Amino acid sequence: MKKAKALGLLALLAFSLAFPLLFSNPAITTIAVFTLLFAAAGTGWNIFSGYTGYIALGHAAYFGLGAYALALLCQDEHIPGGYIPFLFVPVAGLIAAASAVPLGAIALRTRRHTFVVITIAIFFIFQLMAYNLRAITNGSAGMSLPLLPPDWNEYFLNDVFYYVTLVLTLLALTLSWWVRNSKYGLGLLAIRDDEDRALGLGVKTGSYKLVAFVISAFFVGMAGAIYAYFLGSIYPPFAFDALFDVAVALMAFLGGLGTLSGPILGALILEPAQQYLALQYGENGWYLILYGLLFLMVILFLPEGIVPTLSKKWASWKAARSTAPSREPPPDDTTTSSQKAALLAEQGKG
Amino acid sequence: MSLLEAQAVSKAYGGIRALDTCSINVEQGTIAGLIGPNGSGKTTLFNIITGYERVDAGEIRFKGKPIMNLGPDKVFSMGIGRTFQLTRIFPRLTVMENMHVAAQRQSLRGILGRWSSSQEQKHALELLDFVGITRLKDTPAANLSYGQKKLLEFAFILIAEPEVILLDEPAGGINPTVIGQITERIRTLNKRGVTFLIVEHNMEFVMGLCDTVTVLHRGAKIAEGTPQAVRANPAVLEAYLGD
Repeated sequence: MKKAKALGLLALLAFSLAFPLLFSNPAITTIAVFTLLFAAAGTGWNIFSGYTGYIALGHAAYFGLGAYALALLCQDEHIPGGYIPFLFVPVAGLIAAASAVPLGAIALRTRRHTFVVITIAIFFIFQLMAYNLRAITNGSAGMSLPLLPPDWNEYFLNDVFYYVTLVLTLLALTLSWWVRNSKYGLGLLAIRDDEDRALGLGVKTGSYKLVAFVISAFFVGMAGAIYAYFLGSIYPPFAFDALFDVAVALMAFLGGLGTLSGPILGALILEPAQQYLALQYGENGWYLILYGLLFLMVILFLPEGIVPTLSKKWASWKAARSTAPSREPPPDDTTTSSQKAALLAEQGKG
Repeated sequence: MSLLEAQAVSKAYGGIRALDTCSINVEQGTIAGLIGPNGSGKTTLFNIITGYERVDAGEIRFKGKPIMNLGPDKVFSMGIGRTFQLTRIFPRLTVMENMHVAAQRQSLRGILGRWSSSQEQKHALELLDFVGITRLKDTPAANLSYGQKKLLEFAFILIAEPEVILLDEPAGGINPTVIGQITERIRTLNKRGVTFLIVEHNMEFVMGLCDTVTVLHRGAKIAEGTPQAVRANPAVLEAYLGD
């Protein structure tokens, strides 16, 4: 079973590495780059929102911060186009993460709906600043990123961006996996279930939440920086885009909030679907209706998201198939005292 | 010096005085009971001791050290564990994961390490065995019955090896068999040196288990002593039956 899983993962990795070779059409690789950007951002977002249950709907602020940070860094340091700007992507991520420290500390003083509203408010403040701090951001005229070298044709260019975003996605996934399996991650999941109870069991909830918030801002910020460089120029409504917040949350909900692969799966389904529908039915807005219908179907049939629903189905299928039921041992052959005690405990139902 | 002391503690919510210069002492190695009619301030006192609420006036001391302005995490790591009146476990985590939340690790390395070390795993299994729910270890805690949840909550605070355990209505809402089990577990732990402070409405349970009983009424202590003495105290009867 474990072997099959490892082989499956290796095959997936091999496929994602070979993807640009198999589908070299730039129209397709462009969609792949956007999909991976959302997969990376969503995985980062999920480390905070998925594991702690705090739904942040303002991470577009860190997406935009990363985008503008890279644009400003390249402008101030006179960095030429090519590979070098990619080296500044982590710096842009760190700038987004550093801004998330005070902002997270403020927003995390609240919970639930209030928290959601505060994160949205912070996002709009940043969008307004991008429009109005003209001396820094150039206002609605936007900013340009370094021009890509003329010898990079659209095939090669897309391949470079594809592999960079793939690395970012894999990094986010590795970190998310590690958090999920650590003592720290167990604390985050405990916060999701009952924060005050977790605090009363010695979990330092305040710093746990803030660290997760900052990690998620770091990845979202890096995704924003790559996005800006890919597009070549940025404007306030695209860097600080409210739809980004909705998209990231929808992808995680669709795939399975708080699961490792959920945001990736959500991004793989929604982003290409959205791009395709926009391309096919974009001129009359029909695609938005189709998009909405798709989403309604998911909410109706898979309210918990794809990954949790499937893993539950798989578990019950396995339970039904195995002849020896593992969950409920027959009451007659309890011999050890602990099992007897468990049965007694069972009688406490009610 | 008592292990746990509350001295002249007062707490008001708006105009309601939940606790009014209330003092109680819990001696090391005893099982102390805390009773009183509904709204007499028992749970408020628990919340104050465990750091969930601030005191308005007075002092709480644990082993002689004041603890009244520490957060719940600090109080817990000092060695004071508690259960809640309506059990509070982590419903979406498995029983085994629940057991590990309270396992204390101080170093950053420990916190960044895997969620379960083999030693913690062993300890958790021993404790699950102790309360008798080992076979449910991989079940999501939400699927447990109310009685099983109480046993789980009791087991997972034990993993941090607290010196004092505050139990808020451990016998509430569960059948006599489980009550008997819990009583027996409390006695066993007490013999190993764990001190208990128990809030309970089930008089039979309190009278049979506790070494001393304190009675609260309207936020103040009205009686204290052995179960027999308290039972015979007219002020206690007055509090329960009067006005």
